[in-house]
Amino acid sequence: MTGWVAANLVSVLNGLAIGALLFILAVGLSLVFGMMDVLNLAHGALFLVGAYLAAALAAGGASWGTFLGALGLAAVIGLVAGGALSAMTEPLRRRSHLDQALLTLGVALIVAEVLQIVFGNDPLAVPAPPGLDGSTSVLGAAYPTYRLVLIGLGAVVAVGVYLLVERTTVGALIRATVADREMVAAVGVDNRRVKIAVFAAGSLLATVAGVLGGPVYGASVGLDSTVLILALVVVVIGGLGSVKGALVGALLIGQVESLGRALLPDLASFVLFGALALVLVLRPQGLFGHRSGAAV
Amino acid sequence: MTEVSRRVPAAPPAGADGSPPPRRLPRPGPAIAVVVVLVLAAAPLFLAPYATTTLTRMLVFGLLAVSLDLLVGITGLPSLGHAAYFGAGAYAAGWVSLHVTAAIPVPLLVGAAVGGIAAALTGWVAVRSAGVYFLMLTLAIGEVLAQLAHSWQSVTGGADGLAGIPAPALGGEPLANTGFLYWYVLAVGLVMFAAVWLLARSPFGTALRGIRDNEPRMRAVGYPTTLYKYAAFVAAGTVAGAAGSLLAAQQRLVTPADVGFTTAALVLLAVVIGGAGSLWGPVLGAAIVVLVRDALGPGLGGHGELLLGIVFVLVVYLLPRGAAGIGSLRVRRRRS
Amino acid sequence: MSALSCHGLGRSFGALKAVSGVDLSVAPGARHALIGPNGAGKSTLFRLLTGTMRPDTGTVHLDGDDVTGLSEVRRCRRGMSQTLQHSSLFGSFTVAGTVALAVRRHTGRAVRPWPHREPDVTARTDELLTRLGLADRAGEPVPALSHGERKQLEVALALACSPAVLLLDEPAAGMSPAESARLLTLLTGLPPEVTVLFVEHDLDLVFDLADRVTVLHLGRVLLTGTPDEVRASDAVREAYLGTARREELFTG
Repeated sequence: MTGWVAANLVSVLNGLAIGALLFILAVGLSLVFGMMDVLNLAHGALFLVGAYLAAALAAGGASWGTFLGALGLAAVIGLVAGGALSAMTEPLRRRSHLDQALLTLGVALIVAEVLQIVFGNDPLAVPAPPGLDGSTSVLGAAYPTYRLVLIGLGAVVAVGVYLLVERTTVGALIRATVADREMVAAVGVDNRRVKIAVFAAGSLLATVAGVLGGPVYGASVGLDSTVLILALVVVVIGGLGSVKGALVGALLIGQVESLGRALLPDLASFVLFGALALVLVLRPQGLFGHRSGAAV
Repeated sequence: MTEVSRRVPAAPPAGADGSPPPRRLPRPGPAIAVVVVLVLAAAPLFLAPYATTTLTRMLVFGLLAVSLDLLVGITGLPSLGHAAYFGAGAYAAGWVSLHVTAAIPVPLLVGAAVGGIAAALTGWVAVRSAGVYFLMLTLAIGEVLAQLAHSWQSVTGGADGLAGIPAPALGGEPLANTGFLYWYVLAVGLVMFAAVWLLARSPFGTALRGIRDNEPRMRAVGYPTTLYKYAAFVAAGTVAGAAGSLLAAQQRLVTPADVGFTTAALVLLAVVIGGAGSLWGPVLGAAIVVLVRDALGPGLGGHGELLLGIVFVLVVYLLPRGAAGIGSLRVRRRRS
Repeated sequence: MSALSCHGLGRSFGALKAVSGVDLSVAPGARHALIGPNGAGKSTLFRLLTGTMRPDTGTVHLDGDDVTGLSEVRRCRRGMSQTLQHSSLFGSFTVAGTVALAVRRHTGRAVRPWPHREPDVTARTDELLTRLGLADRAGEPVPALSHGERKQLEVALALACSPAVLLLDEPAAGMSPAESARLLTLLTGLPPEVTVLFVEHDLDLVFDLADRVTVLHLGRVLLTGTPDEVRASDAVREAYLGTARREELFTG
């Protein structure tokens, strides 16, 4: 009995760690989506850029310097990439959702292929920084320290983003745009700069998530679409443009991914889809969504 | 408000009811169609086996593109997960060929049926949504089905895929020859294409185009549009499943990659390049995509997708009418 | 029995009661106008009646049957037809194709998934187009039509549903006086058994066409009566004038 509890404790903790990572990834996707109505399919590729960056810098041996260096570099790359994507989608503002999605899809394909050309086909491992690569005893079960730190980091980012969006003027503008884009435009607010900032910040979170996820997932071909789809499921479940929704969705999918795989290994995909389908049938706009995008 | 005028350039297809002829893509006359079919039929007689195989792949992918065009171009539902039904049909046809019989037309029928059933099971959630939600949901559904292909080892062979699928057999004789296989794929492809073509020009297809143009108005004149969209979704899934059975017959191997996002994205690219709504344009688009991926790809060190990514970006900027007319209708309608 | 009626109909948006406790009864064959100052709740009431929007309270009856829970699609099948306020048609269709779309749905035959001849649909389409003066425009793509012609096409589309009750949302909006006059002739010429309920800003058109008028104000029915009673009512004048003053406050 205690063994069963311990086994599941690890799964629950893993779920929390995955959830923390997914939140950092998905909240950017969700806000870009809610702010600009752009489905950014390059979001997963940005994550992969961060992961390969961490792997490349840590190739000569893991140290705090390389890890923090990777984080800093990833942040800069993310900001620049987000700004670039924002500029690229701007001319398509009046065009269809599909056009914008296709553009980001093209970018995603290019980035993923370039990464594959540079780093090869073999998966790369990313070591955790020294001091965090061991394990800590949690209620008697040994658990990787890095993942505990990841859970903490997720919580910090969640609080930070929440405060930014709920408690600041910029956040108020973001929320207003998410709720009613036409209205914000109609009252003459020029939110272009906020849009660029949100796109840049969202992309930053994606690349940073890639570095942070490195010690968990490593860096490999195809990881971009895996994380993209998880982030999308999180956003769909949580509701567009909702920070709270992204958090709840991420924690939920984290548990589904972890506990689901541990308890029902053959049915994990069904469980994921089941969770998605259940939410969509009961609340088509997502748990915390308020837009009528899914109106019947 | 004159919404209509904004929608003008966005609508290529013509209808049996006397709607205007497409502006960008002239419809090939019956004579051209006959010539094209004859040339396609004669192709293996003067092509090398390798070229014949490439042509076979183009036809398989072309049929998939036609099925997607029924959704994207005719009904106005841009799906990012259409490869799922293609893959479902391919796995089903492969499994039946391996474990039951490879006798024509069993794998074809099973593939089409499973593609249709998969679309029927997952489509309802998708067609109830609109705009970006539809893109996202189809992507999510497609990706989850791809995951399923990965993890359902006992049936799909997991990451290695379903290997050693026997060639389809006609009267007990396997179609091992690339020419015979080509003709089989061509025959099925033509029949399915004709079926979709007729569907698109039928009263039902006309109603689908009405939904694409203006769904609220269709509801106001009494069409249960969600049901129509669902029917179109299932029909497209069935044709995609049939295309999947051809893939199993041609490749003799089905892997999770055939179900996944990349395949779905490539077929969407084919539709967009070819011109959504024309049905034959996407076949041409599919030929181009296969050519780039399979023929030019090896020359680029296996990185044909890099080229395709660039094509994607260029198409969006340079062929706005190709990519437009699909989602834009839906967006504006939702805001009106 | 009323052709169309509603009882205690209400719908709120947040704190705003757009429509509240509206009772309305439209007699068979009536030409019933729904008027009121801006923000009176006309459009919301219209949507509640057509089924595009669901009410928070109250019921809608069509020919004596409760249709409150039915979608606009089902209501259309039961003989309710509508035109939309903003001319919104089908960009890739011809004039004839547009009308045929609605005619086909109401021939009582299944919409088949293969091409076939539909002589009955063609005949009825031609008949409708002739009646609405669009016969010579039948082959034109919809985007080539003028604004007035589109409004005519809207009416043709609504009539193609063989309605017992026809709801028109601001049919004359944006029309030139000439087009407006033509619309009046058209509506006057509708078969007497078709019940018409219309929302309209153009009071000249209202008083020319309607035999009964309901005035909405702030989401409630202010008055229902004959055009003469409405014209003579002080309350109606006040409602319009009061709102006009308030509008000046807002815009000035």
